[in-house]
Amino acid sequence: MPQLIRKGVRIDDSFAEAFPMSGTGVVITAPTRKWALQAAHTMTGFATSVIGCGCEAGVDLELSARETPDGRPGVRVLLFAMSQKDAEKQLVNRLGQCVLTCPGTAVFSALAGEQQIKVGDAVRQFGDRWQISKRLNGRRYWRIPVMDGEFLCEGTVGLTTKSVGGGNLLVMGEDWTSTMRATEAAVAAMADVADAIAPFPGGVVRSGSKVGSKYKGMGASTNDAYCPTLYGITTSALDPDIGCVLEIVIDGLTEQAVADAMRAGLKAIVALGPKHGAKRVGAGNYGGKLGPFHYHLKDLLP
Amino acid sequence: MKPLVLTLRHEPQQRLDLSPLVPDRLIRRTAKEIEALDIGTTRIALKVGDMFKVRLGDANSIRFEGGSERFDQVGAKMLAGGAIHVEGDVGAQAGRAMAGGKLTIAGNAGPFAASALAGGEVEIGGDVGDFLGGPLAGEIPGMAGGRVIVRGNAGARAGDRLRRGVIIIEGDAGEDVGSRLIAGTMIVLGAIEGRPGYLMKRGTIALAQTPELGPTFVDCGAFHFGFARVYARSLAAESRGAARLLGQKLRRYAGDTAVYGKGEILTPA
Repeated sequence: MPQLIRKGVRIDDSFAEAFPMSGTGVVITAPTRKWALQAAHTMTGFATSVIGCGCEAGVDLELSARETPDGRPGVRVLLFAMSQKDAEKQLVNRLGQCVLTCPGTAVFSALAGEQQIKVGDAVRQFGDRWQISKRLNGRRYWRIPVMDGEFLCEGTVGLTTKSVGGGNLLVMGEDWTSTMRATEAAVAAMADVADAIAPFPGGVVRSGSKVGSKYKGMGASTNDAYCPTLYGITTSALDPDIGCVLEIVIDGLTEQAVADAMRAGLKAIVALGPKHGAKRVGAGNYGGKLGPFHYHLKDLLP
Repeated sequence: MKPLVLTLRHEPQQRLDLSPLVPDRLIRRTAKEIEALDIGTTRIALKVGDMFKVRLGDANSIRFEGGSERFDQVGAKMLAGGAIHVEGDVGAQAGRAMAGGKLTIAGNAGPFAASALAGGEVEIGGDVGDFLGGPLAGEIPGMAGGRVIVRGNAGARAGDRLRRGVIIIEGDAGEDVGSRLIAGTMIVLGAIEGRPGYLMKRGTIALAQTPELGPTFVDCGAFHFGFARVYARSLAAESRGAARLLGQKLRRYAGDTAVYGKGEILTPA
């Protein structure tokens, strides 16, 4: 693979291949930052990949009390799915089970979006006719009586079908510790990019997959070309000095947000250098025929 | 661009129907056409030109220099995007059934101000008469949207049959504020008289001064309400007093249980 070198880090002349998704999001507030984060983490817990979780979700940004509609600490959560219907179903289920139940929380729409999906307008029935509608500045809020007071939930939240899922970076290093150091630095840098999330645990995935399998009926299986323990025995994409590969997958509300997150991640990895961090960075794609969005690493370099 | 200015020549001798003088009906009209509009309400014909000196300008913004207790229906049925300012008093039904835009009155307004308002904003610097936002005789719902702010006092039965929208009275309210409320939000910062929320079905009345409530309102305890915080933030620019009231812990009295009983009166805890 042809490569560029930045501060000693080898950058593959490759691209990440991404797909259109439906993206939506909510701002969750609570009396304390702790409980806002608790609701956000519970709601986005089992949401790493659309394949098994129905959606991909994560914390976009933490908001200070000054930035939220009700003046309490908040968290902006984004959720992505393959269709508008899936996004709506996942969001309503997760809000109903994870946020309605979480003490002190309130929910607001996180984006305008070209579509509106019903959230409070669905959850309201939990109020058993004790729920109260309040309209302010063209937005409807539902007040649902619960055991710690009231759950306040906006009637609808915005959804955009112009979201992008599947932006990624493959971080390759000598061992687990140094590779993880570079990966964590990249994830931390991406956390500051608005409108983008890394849905996997801590933003990182170690089980990258390829299309197809030797077993019948399995659509995807381990990406042996990037498994360091198979370096000698399979057609490997790795080099002799690579002992660990970690991937960061990025979903964003816009094509730009994904590019910005990848750029921020690359910058952090390069800044760390090959001695303590990653020796090489690549990107995953399927040959460019499946996804309409191509993020070439060479365009995103610092 | 400068607003279209209508300067009052002298105190009118009869009540005036000023409903034709709204931005959407004056746009692209010449001064002569405007002066020929009929605004009289008696047998004696009266044209705009008889009462006002017209200075053309951007008709999206109309300014009345001078007002009168006989100015009726100022800004009635105004559409979104328009603005009317009255430097003086107005009579009955100011901002009646407005759909949008902004009406500001520096002086006092008569009865039925903002009657059946559907959208937009009405701000009254002075006092208002009875039935602020209420329906006229024979109409069922009252105000159905928009925002009303009264800096002074309001007469009896302010917010009668309010259905949607926000009414803020910074001064005192007369008897039976929020009577027959259907839904929506009322905020009163001054003193109140009579039976607040009399026969209210749903909706919220926030009162800065705790009144004597009848037995059909039941105490439901004191809380920090999330929705009240959202309202406080949204209203802070227009009424700091209202924002202060809603930002605090509030005692909730549910009622009026003589009727549907899904409404509430909130007072500082």
